[in-house]
Amino acid sequence: MGSISVLLVGKVLPYLEQELDKRYNLFRGIDPSQRAAVLRDHASSIRAVVASSSGGPDAALIEALPKLEIVSSFSVGVDRIDLQKCKEKGVRVTNTPDVLTDEVADLTIGLILAVLRRICECDRYVRSGNWKKGDYKLTTKFSGKTLGILGLGRIGAAVAKRAEGFDCSICYYSRNEKPDSKYKYYPSVVELASNCDVLVVACPLTPETHHIINREVINALGPKGVLINIGRGKHVDEPELVSALLEGRLGGAGLDVFEKEPHVPEELFGLENVVLLPHVGSATVETRTAMADLVLDNLEAHFLGKPLLTPLV
Amino acid sequence: MAEEEKVEGLQQLKHENQDLPQVLVLGSPTCLQTLKQLYSHKFRFLIPNTSLDSLYPLTAPLSSISAVICSASFSLTAPVLRLLPSLRLVVTTSAGTDHIDLNECGCRGIQVAGAGKLFSEEVADMAVGLLIDVMRRVSAADRFVRTSCEAATWDFPLGYKISGKRIGIVGLGSIGMEVAKRLECFGCTILYHSKHKKSAVSYPFYNSVIDLAATSNALVLCCALNEETRHIVNREVMLALGKEGFIVNVGRGSLIDEKQLVKFLMDGEIGGAALDVFEDEPNVPKELLSMDNVVLTPHCAAFTSECIIKLCELVAGNIEASLSDKPLITQVKW
Repeated sequence: MGSISVLLVGKVLPYLEQELDKRYNLFRGIDPSQRAAVLRDHASSIRAVVASSSGGPDAALIEALPKLEIVSSFSVGVDRIDLQKCKEKGVRVTNTPDVLTDEVADLTIGLILAVLRRICECDRYVRSGNWKKGDYKLTTKFSGKTLGILGLGRIGAAVAKRAEGFDCSICYYSRNEKPDSKYKYYPSVVELASNCDVLVVACPLTPETHHIINREVINALGPKGVLINIGRGKHVDEPELVSALLEGRLGGAGLDVFEKEPHVPEELFGLENVVLLPHVGSATVETRTAMADLVLDNLEAHFLGKPLLTPLV
Repeated sequence: MAEEEKVEGLQQLKHENQDLPQVLVLGSPTCLQTLKQLYSHKFRFLIPNTSLDSLYPLTAPLSSISAVICSASFSLTAPVLRLLPSLRLVVTTSAGTDHIDLNECGCRGIQVAGAGKLFSEEVADMAVGLLIDVMRRVSAADRFVRTSCEAATWDFPLGYKISGKRIGIVGLGSIGMEVAKRLECFGCTILYHSKHKKSAVSYPFYNSVIDLAATSNALVLCCALNEETRHIVNREVMLALGKEGFIVNVGRGSLIDEKQLVKFLMDGEIGGAALDVFEDEPNVPKELLSMDNVVLTPHCAAFTSECIIKLCELVAGNIEASLSDKPLITQVKW
């Protein structure tokens, strides 16, 4: 398979890049000028694209690759990929579901605790020598609180399962109510926000869920409410979120994703009721390796004419 | 009184209503303000003006005091107890009692009441939060985001998975059980060491902490500090835990050989540590202050606004029980 041409358009684990290099004729096209050069010389030979959460083929790129057969994404979210165009052109698409569900759910609980118990702030307090002047103030208990989950898919359900260990009440909003679920359903995001202490965004990013967390939802969550975003930055109207936090209309936020990563609104840096992470939901050695293997296995299956392991399209 | 610490003197004690039972408050417990707000109509709280953790041996008020409220940061030693000849009750605002000379209390017939299981959920929550933080580098990542300049991309080191890992709990009391319950929902395998095997529990028991460490990805320390448990996490235990092993301590600082821990962290012999407690609080070994694989919190695992009111109710309840010769709510037995 060393002669099959593969184009890499998103940042991936070094191990994956190395393996792709070994097994295929790999072209790197993450950087726009790099990509332009590759397209100029090799567009007609590329049969596969490897994408990630930082970059995926839009309609224009798909059109520019006449021999494209498969897009294999090193992520579970595929908002960077024009799925409709892929369907039209008969291009297969795979992602990496399930291998990162636990990791993202673990981090979600970690973010909730970090915000409510001010763990990062406490760590700063000790490192700056302030503990010698006095104790840190009281924080807010997590156990027993009401958790609202926006999107009760694999990740949302995994978060709920962990929160049950903390005796939390769980409620959710989803496109459709899940009849088998034991959790309380709310038919709108605003109602969900009004009835929970901590709201977790765990749904896919689609045109419908763009800015699903808007001013109305933020106000409903309120001055004691906490927003946790482990979905995509564009789920949240970021300027609205920032002004709500600065004005005290929202109690706190734990954010792993932002609208224009790696840009983070600087107004948030001085706040003690926010925790800001650089999109590390799946960033463990174990998971990234498993994700890489899934990308490789999907590509191999495709080129050997076998069924794809985790197809989306 | 030669063994006592030097003092400047206990000056005017603050007085409120003269008829109410007197309660001496030592060590500035966090709940003091709330205690005064809620119970000044029931008790006369005597609060030493001195900032030193010692008492001056004199005056009537001290010799007539029968009840003391004491925080975990005050050493209620035998010499101090001897300044209070009428003492019948010590109420500590902590779950731990390592700061109280229990033997002296026993000899004198002084009853001791603690916080019992009041903080167990809070402390367990914090223990899990600290475990996730150190293994997934949460605090380090938050620092990174706040201080990294406008980089083209985020390049941040990977963390370690928690779900499905083997977690060794040292001390399976009330707090240890709450930690176990939470981590079971992460699919973790729970193992434990305790003074005695607990027949009602199905988690695998390890008689030796070294054996527990050798088979665990992380150790969570939840036990009380006493003569048997001092430095229970020593050099051999840390070597057994290994280069990718993590330690969370929400018990007491002296459960760990702190100097050895610092050395191993500096040498990369251990993966990381999350510490809410230290051997000489509020002093923290300066080598730790610049490390990214440690999380440091100022002994605050129990302190939420929700538990403070409950703590005050418990303290007052124990004092009232003692005054009416009824059984204490959370008597410490040893």
